[in-house]
Amino acid sequence: MDNHVTPPNSLVSVRNLSFSRGTTKIFDNISLDFERGKITAIMGPSGTGKTTLLKLIGGQLYPDQGTISVDGENVHQLRRAELYNLRKRLGMLFQSGALLTDMNVYDNVAFPLREHTHLPESMIRTLVLMKLQAVGLRGARNLMPNELSGGMARRIALARAIALDPMMILYDEPFTGQDPISMGILVHLIKSLNTTLGLTSIIVSHDVHDTSAIADYIYVLSGGKIVGQGTPQEIQQSESEWVQQFMTGAADGPVHFHYPAKDYIDDLLSSGKRY
Amino acid sequence: MTAFLQYLGQSTRISFTKLGRASYFLLQILAGVLSLLARPRLLLKQLYSVGVLSFLIITISGLFVGMVLSLQGYYTLSDFGAEETLGVMVAASLVRELGPVVSGLLFAGRAGSALTAEIGLMKATEQLSGMEMMAVDPIKRIVTPRFVAGLISMPLLAALFSAVGIIGGQMIGCGLLGVDDGAFWSQMQAGIDFRDDILNGVIKSLVFGFVSSWIALFEGYDAIPTSEGVSRATTRTVVNSAFSILGLDFILTALMFGEH
Repeated sequence: MDNHVTPPNSLVSVRNLSFSRGTTKIFDNISLDFERGKITAIMGPSGTGKTTLLKLIGGQLYPDQGTISVDGENVHQLRRAELYNLRKRLGMLFQSGALLTDMNVYDNVAFPLREHTHLPESMIRTLVLMKLQAVGLRGARNLMPNELSGGMARRIALARAIALDPMMILYDEPFTGQDPISMGILVHLIKSLNTTLGLTSIIVSHDVHDTSAIADYIYVLSGGKIVGQGTPQEIQQSESEWVQQFMTGAADGPVHFHYPAKDYIDDLLSSGKRY
Repeated sequence: MTAFLQYLGQSTRISFTKLGRASYFLLQILAGVLSLLARPRLLLKQLYSVGVLSFLIITISGLFVGMVLSLQGYYTLSDFGAEETLGVMVAASLVRELGPVVSGLLFAGRAGSALTAEIGLMKATEQLSGMEMMAVDPIKRIVTPRFVAGLISMPLLAALFSAVGIIGGQMIGCGLLGVDDGAFWSQMQAGIDFRDDILNGVIKSLVFGFVSSWIALFEGYDAIPTSEGVSRATTRTVVNSAFSILGLDFILTALMFGEH
């Protein structure tokens, strides 16, 4: 059944994954590999389960079928304590930032350090300031999360994600709703952190342009299947209609403009009920 | 008819599933209690927001309830020339019933609703999820301290309610209505039993604290993570806590004072 060979350099490998929510099939027997030290992007239209895939990799959801292994460990067979140990080596950047709203920026970044290490406060201070410096927000350390702009919140969340020096960061829609400057900063940060810290990054995004600029490899998902994969150049030149529609942003194509509905004329002419 | 039976079956099944989830949730909370001892600061912070911040509403309500009790009690008792026993009447009503029940209801409205909204919004803004991904168990870190704080605060708040109520009763009874001060206090001393009245009242308030904190935290944790979901969960917390407190109060009263 498993016809995919895991590349030797793979940090995360997803094999024959199927997952459904209710009656909707989100993933239908897909296999993906994420190489160490690389930035791999998962792209696709909204609602294709990109965030769900990150949650599956992080062990927050369980697949119906198939396996996901991270650094050689099968995520869904780990005991709770082992899973938590694995998560300490993963950073995740949520779309909203998910900063703890009752703490200021400094305490948010210090949070994983205080929870998982017994370092003295002076050393925590040094580490927090270093992480904040890396994202350019050392001066914002006393602000509360509600005083931050969306872009700043994401950068703080990024500082927090790298607090424990993880081996991998999962980015959930890092570019959504950002102005061009914040977007540029985030793109630059993700690329430079990946290189300087020797990370592996997985980016879930539907932002074609910016993601293609920094990704080493791209998977395009749609309808629970992988409809295209390759380097950004290969994806650009793909002959698949799905991929072309997605990359060029055409309103109609294999992904229809209209949500499935009964015939338009019949619907207009049918009388009586409101719906 | 079939539709009705189907609806009945389905809603029973949903209720039982929820009860199962709530029980499992409670076990998870209790499993975190030991590790909380190692981090008393987390508990202190919650004692402040759950307990100390409820001080004002409890004190003011207690004062008024005590004053009204004294007024009403005086008019009835004086018909029988028994106004000297006003002290014991006020104290017994407060310590046995009104203290635990009214402060329980106020606690559910003031602290319980805040807990549900807080946890529900933390869920909606992915803070709980984020914590899990940082390998921090949100139940241990967020929920258990709040639960223990509720459990500790509730008997103290009920005691405060009763104490302030008695002072209110004394102010009205002795100050305004002219009941003898000495008789007020000595009748109370003679008529109130430590084990039968005070201890039973404390047990009641512990039970109410346990139940309303559990309901509030579970509703928040189980809320649908949208604004509407959190708002519904908050309403459910107040309604379910009130029903549970009143129902349990009847059962506890029957068990504690039944044989007299």
